[in-house]
Amino acid sequence: MPQDLAFWLPVVIAVPLMAAVLAFLLPRAAFPISLGAALITSGLVCWAALAAVNAGPATHTVGGWSAPLGIDLVLDGLSGLLLVLTAIIGLAITVYAHGYFQPGDDLVKQHQYNFFWPLWMFLWASLNALFLSADVFNLYVTLELLGFSAVALTALAGKPTVLKAAMRYLMVSLSGSLFYLMGVVFLYAQFGTLDIRLLSAASAETPTLLASAALITTGLIMKSALFPLHFWLPPAHANAAAPVSALLSALVVKGSLYIVLRLWLEVFYPLADTVAPQVLSVLGVGAVLWGSLQAMQQPRLKLLIAYSTVAQLGYMFLLMPILLKNRDDSTALAATMSFVFAHAVAKAAAFLSAGSILHALKDDRLTALSGLMKKMPVTTAAFAMAGISLIALPPSAGFLAKYQMLQSALTNGYWGLVFVVIGGGLLAAVYIMRVLGPAFKKVEPYGAESTSKAVHVPLVMSIPTLALALLAIVISFMGVYLLELLAVGTPWVLKGGL
Amino acid sequence: MPDFYDDDARLTRPRIVALALSAALVALLSLIILTAPGDLERLNLVARERLTESGVANPVTAVLLNFRGYDTLLEVAVLLLAVIGIWSMARYARVWIKVPDTPVLAAFVRLVLPLMVLVSGYLLWLGADAPGGAFQGGAVLGGMGILWIAAAVWLPDFQFQRFARVMLVLGLIAFVGASTLLLALEGSFMEYPAGEAKNWILVIESAAMISIGMTLMMLFVGGIPRLNEGTV
Amino acid sequence: MNDSAALYAVAGVILFGMGIYALVAYPHLLRKILGMNVMGIGVFAVFVALAYRGPDQPPDPVPHALVITGIVVAVCATGLGLTLATRLKALTGVAQLTPDQED
Repeated sequence: MPQDLAFWLPVVIAVPLMAAVLAFLLPRAAFPISLGAALITSGLVCWAALAAVNAGPATHTVGGWSAPLGIDLVLDGLSGLLLVLTAIIGLAITVYAHGYFQPGDDLVKQHQYNFFWPLWMFLWASLNALFLSADVFNLYVTLELLGFSAVALTALAGKPTVLKAAMRYLMVSLSGSLFYLMGVVFLYAQFGTLDIRLLSAASAETPTLLASAALITTGLIMKSALFPLHFWLPPAHANAAAPVSALLSALVVKGSLYIVLRLWLEVFYPLADTVAPQVLSVLGVGAVLWGSLQAMQQPRLKLLIAYSTVAQLGYMFLLMPILLKNRDDSTALAATMSFVFAHAVAKAAAFLSAGSILHALKDDRLTALSGLMKKMPVTTAAFAMAGISLIALPPSAGFLAKYQMLQSALTNGYWGLVFVVIGGGLLAAVYIMRVLGPAFKKVEPYGAESTSKAVHVPLVMSIPTLALALLAIVISFMGVYLLELLAVGTPWVLKGGL
Repeated sequence: MPDFYDDDARLTRPRIVALALSAALVALLSLIILTAPGDLERLNLVARERLTESGVANPVTAVLLNFRGYDTLLEVAVLLLAVIGIWSMARYARVWIKVPDTPVLAAFVRLVLPLMVLVSGYLLWLGADAPGGAFQGGAVLGGMGILWIAAAVWLPDFQFQRFARVMLVLGLIAFVGASTLLLALEGSFMEYPAGEAKNWILVIESAAMISIGMTLMMLFVGGIPRLNEGTV
Repeated sequence: MNDSAALYAVAGVILFGMGIYALVAYPHLLRKILGMNVMGIGVFAVFVALAYRGPDQPPDPVPHALVITGIVVAVCATGLGLTLATRLKALTGVAQLTPDQED
């Protein structure tokens, strides 16, 4: 077998795709198949990331044709980082879901358990395909795969509220994709190619480029739920089953965010001096404020975490003007990606702990959480650690990311953003303390029936939750390696070579 | 809960705003698309120049199954995903036809079914040189399935879903399996060996056609093929 | 852009806009799903218009192939949407996205 890195890129997509097919065909063996695929995919992705740090970016020409006629898969720092993130969270969720969906002899639960695996494997395959694709039309197909699997996973919980949320999600996702596709048509009309690197070389400030950027960005921020297009996210993320909520908040919204970053860095850069990057940044500010204020008022834990996602997504757009102004200086990109990484790990841990709490108490109203620390110490500790990273207290991953953001904002003279980043952290502290305050209360209030009925959380659920929560704290110590990975060949046009 | 009047098309204020915004978008996009260069060859020339290497004579099939075959692989995955998604949401079929309307319809469908299988096979074969191919053939197969149900010659039953599962995954298994095999043999995902492309394409397309037909039929059934909780 | 192609491209853009309007303005889910289909057809029409190479030459095959892919995706999306809508109608009695009740 060739040791060449490029050779293995399609395997990262084919393995979960085949696992999805087999899990559908053999429902009884679905979990072992998915776990096996998860282990192989994660192992391969981590090896590929290490290899990329040593050997530089890799390109696989699918079908041997190469761009412009064929489709290329490209692994560089930006895609590598997101593949690794998906692998880490994917592995944890695979284990957790086995405990969460444990059917017993309930027919409906059996149905959910059976269908979770193929859908989840499809979702993983589509994320890997999305991060690796270097073709704007191929990205459309991966976006649709991602959207369909995410909607179906959301609807899996089956209640009317969740079906409504899934329907809204489907409509936002589909119309977002069509906006994106219209943008792709405009790019093809002007530049006659679909390959991102060739578009990059040809890109020039024309009316079609502007229209394309507007269409594509609008479509994708709908899918990424950037304020004020976030209306569909809280009901979907809060009402889905907990492992699905974790997937949606940690990974799925990052798929479309990745395409925004990639296309602005590689193709739309002639528009860096227009007002567009500033607009995205301002929407980010709006998201931080609005999401945090909403999170402070939610009566239920999962809704609170979902609104926190709305807020945290805002940070990922804050640095857009800096990021595009000097594309060869990667500090703003590094800060944004650190934040993406930190948020994904912490948010997955938060949703998984919320799932364990809901599983044990059958209730996730904040009023039911008094004295939780005594009843569910591991889960509460995990949530606390995730919360520390969301608030961005040192030495968590969230702290490191926000420190990088502040540094980038200060050196580039964006003073306003400093207030937003610090203020957003304070607001996060307020809504996280709404959960931790009652949870750490020593004395159980008289008559608090729900906490006294707490049941044991199985190890398959608590171990992955705790692992992710620990990671949310200690990953800052590994930040150097992640930044080293990110430095590999991004943006392609400047560093990857055509 | 009161049902809102579904066909209410009065121009309320929010609708006027939506209409104005859509119209403005249309005007802007129309003006801009007209500025796109008209004489650009885009990918036309390069696709036609290399058509002889693709193993087929129909340029659209060459793009679909060879140059950009990877798109089509993911698209076959989308088809399977749609059925899995529908089955995960609806635990039984939404088909409402229980008895054949008239014996004439059923007899007609029985007569026309074999013919449709023939037509789909012909369309598949034709795809190599002329408009046609797996999607067109699959659409005919799917239409056949829908006729079959609509005439109540066959109604969804639980036994059928095992068979359906295999038919549904055939296309994706063939696509991913062949592409991975070719990766091992040729060093590139889905890289057909020189001169043998046509045979590989034909095998993949045949499997894909069966899956596409079954997928369309299952989209019509809209749920796991059984009529309700009790029936199997 | 070529004159005859321009007609189709503009028609496609108009369909796109009509689809958006239907999606936003009407509450019934079937209308919204149809609206999205009209949007999609608009995008495909613009794409196919780009393939036109004048009366004497065969069209650019690439947009044609991509539109076939797009159509298949749209069919799948419609299937998923209709299933969700019928499930909602069965559970809540209306095929509309009514506000959630506290549960």
